[in-house]
Formats: sequence, structure tokens, C-alpha cells
Amino acid sequence: MDLLEYQGKQLFKRHGVPVSPGAPATTVDEAVAAADEIGYPVVVKAQVLIGGRGKAGGIKLAADRDEAKTHAEAILGMDIRGHTVHELWIEKASDIASEYYASFVFDRAAKATLVMLSTQGGVDIEEVAESDPDAIARVHVDPLLGFQDFHARELAFKAGVDADVVRGVTTLLSRLYDAYAAEELMLAEVNPLIVTPDREVRALDAKVTLDDNALFRHPDNGALRNPGAEDEQEQMAKERGLTYVKLDGDIGILGNGAGLVMSTLDVVAQAGGRPANFLDAGGGSKAEAITQAVEVILSDPKVKAVLFNIFGGITRCDEVAQGLITAFEQIKPTVPFVVRLDGTNDKEGRQLLADANLPNVHTESTMDGAARKVVELAA
Amino acid sequence: MSILVGEDTRLVVSGITGREGTFHAMNNKRYGTNVVAGVTPGKGGQDVEGVPVFNTFRDAVDETQANTAMIFVPPRFAADSILEAADAGIELVIAITEGIPAHDELRVYTQLKRDGRTRLIGPNCPGILSPGKANVGIIPAAFFKEGNVGVVSRSGTLTYQIGNELAQRGFGNSSIVGIGGDPVPGSSFIDVIELFEADPQTELIVMSGEIGGSAEEEAAEYIAANVSKPVVGYIAGVTAPPGKTMGHAGAIVSGSSGGAQAKIEALESRGVRVGRTPTQVAEIAVEVLGN
Repeated sequence: MDLLEYQGKQLFKRHGVPVSPGAPATTVDEAVAAADEIGYPVVVKAQVLIGGRGKAGGIKLAADRDEAKTHAEAILGMDIRGHTVHELWIEKASDIASEYYASFVFDRAAKATLVMLSTQGGVDIEEVAESDPDAIARVHVDPLLGFQDFHARELAFKAGVDADVVRGVTTLLSRLYDAYAAEELMLAEVNPLIVTPDREVRALDAKVTLDDNALFRHPDNGALRNPGAEDEQEQMAKERGLTYVKLDGDIGILGNGAGLVMSTLDVVAQAGGRPANFLDAGGGSKAEAITQAVEVILSDPKVKAVLFNIFGGITRCDEVAQGLITAFEQIKPTVPFVVRLDGTNDKEGRQLLADANLPNVHTESTMDGAARKVVELAA
Repeated sequence: MSILVGEDTRLVVSGITGREGTFHAMNNKRYGTNVVAGVTPGKGGQDVEGVPVFNTFRDAVDETQANTAMIFVPPRFAADSILEAADAGIELVIAITEGIPAHDELRVYTQLKRDGRTRLIGPNCPGILSPGKANVGIIPAAFFKEGNVGVVSRSGTLTYQIGNELAQRGFGNSSIVGIGGDPVPGSSFIDVIELFEADPQTELIVMSGEIGGSAEEEAAEYIAANVSKPVVGYIAGVTAPPGKTMGHAGAIVSGSSGGAQAKIEALESRGVRVGRTPTQVAEIAVEVLGN
């Protein structure tokens, strides 16, 4: 899960990473009150999980209350590359002498934490990596040793940070590591990390990715919400404990096992169709989970046909069939279903479906055949 | 022959007294796997259908000479259980548990590599099946028979799908190894392909990958340099959108890395044929090995 800038900054602050004073706001009144409290000038920043907020007009400097009000009105509800702005972050404006870059990345290929520091911050770091790779100092940290002060010094000297802020930068890096390690982050990125004219070092932005699997140890992080990022179906699926990803097509997909569902999306696309979602009903799917999954899939109005692709291992095909029958009793779907059942108890499952004689449900025996059929029905 | 699990396997199951743990341990036992012990702290002295339960891995190893562990405990206890098994001298740990925090996995991976005695398969994997010999994990063994195709995969049901396509064309398997769908798997494609290359029973290797990370690209290089046996690949997630986790914690395209197309190209450019569907994988296997 990715955090909004302000959620990331509040997390940083808990671990001693210096950030500017600020407050979140969801209405114009809240924004103005926050700005009054903080003291002008302030920056009004759109809170959305997409880059290029500044260019899109989502970050504005306000010298006084009138400007704060004008900007808050303009930015709340604004669409930034498909993301609607529901929240603002009002922050004390900063004077900037230099812009650096710092990050801790969970580097799965290297099986270690990658730490990067550069004096070329405030721009897209992937571009810097391409045009001037030597401008980024890198260190891999042994997970059993952790990030030590010498790592921080090595990075600071290699990156060529100004001599008078080496201490400030290394301290910030150590605190940022504390946040990364203690909160079990997959990414903690600061871009830009600023040096002010009076030589203070601060995180002016925050990009944080949480490890969803670690949230049971961090209930406060698990409770963080981003109303703009989750659509209706994803929210519904989450409440029902289903793994669902919204896609932009019109063929609803349900399968068991992440790999098989990904493969199903690919096979449907190869047959000329466009999947509406990824939905993994999980190993050992019980009838009730299947019924709930159908509910979620059909709540997307774009869905014109649904494909069930089940290979029964622990999951029993008769359970899946029973779940579908119940779903038909409760929801009475109007779109066609194609059901491919193979593996454990597949004959029993197909028999149940045949006996139930559900309207507009087609059974297929192969994955490829089922994909072709559902594409035909959705056309 | 087979790899990793077989007639020499002496299995201890962590979490054997849990509902899922009991179910699958007994399934494995009925298949013929030598299940010698279980571990559940506080339940030492009990038994599960005749399999003795111990408080610690060390007790289990001392009393039963267990050499392989299966981890079936919930995510918050799994890293500890893997480390305990390794500390007790277990050579092979197979972790079925899904949902282990990534930082835990990284610590475990690093510790096991440093120690050098224990191989970890998984976590978040279906286990290993060597048809006719032993089944450790949750792979539905009824669909697979003994044969000459070795399968290594990041996913469970997709492996069954591919294995079933192969079975329908008359192929059996030396071993089927699920390496798991997490960001830091204990063993990589390369680790398992190396074993298949050395296994006399295996004549063809099928590797089933998916989006996320670079393990498939690394395997492609390794195969070109070190593997004499034919390898057929499959990559799931060609149509997966970037930035979305597709079910498996490790299945995510991040920025410009981890995409399916790059993996397919890496494999094909090094002479590995890649099926575009599970069915095509089996068709290529037929072309390579004959019927």
C-alpha cells in the first residue's frame, strides 16, 4: 500500500526525520484554518498518488489567507491524471538552497536494502540514473547488520553533499532508516530532501510504500485510508477478504490461485477480450466465498460476461459450482457466465451445474475454449 | 531419481496440530511420505494420528532424525519457525505459509545463506511433489505420475494447470517444485534448475514464472551458460497493469522493471522456448520430447 505524502511525512516525523510543520485538510474551511494556524506563507498541496502534481497545478504557494482559500478551492476536487483530489496538505513554505534525493528501497533482486543519495534532487530520479548514473551514490545494507553511521558517511561523501550539511544529512538518513526498519517499509523516498539557506536539512516530500503482509504488526498504518485510490469494487472485495484488482475491460474473471488468474487474463486477452478484473478466490475456496466474489464482480456495471476458470486442487469444483448456484439464487445475474471446472471433483461440479440448469451458464472443459467462448459472449 | 524430496525424506511438520496442518500432513502421509514428527510448542507428548508431536524442532530431530521440515504455521510465527528448523540442523525447509512480512523473509534468507546448511523452498508455495515417492505440501498428487519432466514454478494452481496439460499428453514428472510467489523466495529458479540438470530422471525442464522481480531474467542467463537439457518457459501476467500487486506479494510490475514481456524476451533470446498459454507449453514439450 502506498501512502499519501502527508501520511508518509507524519510517519517520518514519528521517527525523528525533520519535516516542515503542516496539517491535512479535506475542506476549504479546514485548509484556511490550518494555514492561519501554521502562519503564512504556506504551500497548498494536492494529496494524490501520482507524480507531476506541481505541473498539473496541484501545488500552490499562498502568501495570505485569500490566496490559501483560492488555491484550496481550485485544488480540492481537481483531477490530476485520473486521480481526484480529496485531501490537501497545508505546509509552512520553505526557502530552498539545494535539493537532494534520498531513498531506502527493499531491493528484492539484491536481497538487501538499497540506499541511494544524490545531490541532484527535485527531479525524476530515474532520469538522473539514466543520464548521469554516477550522480547517485548507492550502498546495499546487510539486513542482519542494519544501516550504520559509516554507511551514511560513505553515501554523503560519495554523493558530494556540501561539507557543512554532512552531519545533517547523515542524521536524516539514520532516522529515515529507523522509519524504514521499524515500520517495515518497502520504500521510503525523499525527493526533494532540501537544504535551507540557514543550512537546515528537511524532507520536503515523502513517498512511502508499506508491506501489506506486515500490517498486522502496525495496526495504525493498516488503518490509514486513501479515499481517492480505492474504487468501489476494490473496497467491497477488501471487506470480503478477496484479492481483487480492477482492470478496464468488460469480462469479469474469477479463478483460484494468483498465477492461474494472471494466466487467465492473458489467455482472454489473446482471444481478443478485455478483462474487467483480477479476482483470486483463493485456495480452498468455499461456496460462500464464491457467492461473495460474484457479487463483487457484478457490481462493476461494465461487466458484460463472466469467466470462471477453476483448477481444483484443495479447491473442490463442486464447492465452486454450489457457490455459483447460490449466487444465482441471490443475485439473479443477467449477464452470461462461462464456467470451466477441472481438477478435484470436476465431474460432480459440472453435474451440479447441469442439474441446476442456470440461465445463460455455459460450461467448457479447457481454459482456451472457455476464453474464446466468453469473448464471443461479451462481444 | 527425483529432486529435494523422495524416499529418503523424513518429514517434520511445524503446525501439525492446526486444522490445515493436520489435513495436509495426513494427506502427505497417506501418499507415502515418511512423516516422522510434528512440532507445536506446548503440545509435546501428544500425537496426530500416530505422528508424535514435540515442543521444539531440536527434540523432533533428536528423537526422529527428521531431515526435512514443512512450515504450516501462521505468518507471524513462520520466520521464527523456519529459523528454528535450520538451527536444529534440518537440511531442507519447505514453507507453505502465505503472508510472511517481507522484512522477515529478508532476514531469514540472509541468515540461511550465511549459515549455509539449510535450503529453503518457499514461502508462499505449494510445496514439492516427487510422484510415486513423496509429497510435501499441498499439491494435489492425484493428477501427476512419475516421469521425465521437471517443473519449477512461482505459482500453485498454474502449476497444476500446466502439469495437467502435460499429463493429458502422456508426460509424467520427476519432481514438481513450487518456489513461491513472495518477493524473497528462499530458492530461485536457478537453484532448482541446477538440481534438475543434475537429475538423471529429468529430461525436460518446465519453468513457470510471472511478473515481478528479475528471477526469470537471471535464470535465462544461467540456462544459456549451464544447462544442457531443454527448458520450456511460461510467464503469467502479460496483461497485468503496472503498480498493482496481482495476488502474490511478489507479482508486481514496478516502473520499468518486472514486466512479463521483458522476461519472455530474456528467455527467448537465450534459446528458451516460451509457451504463450499453458496449453502451448505442453505442445512445445511434445515437440521437444516426442510423444
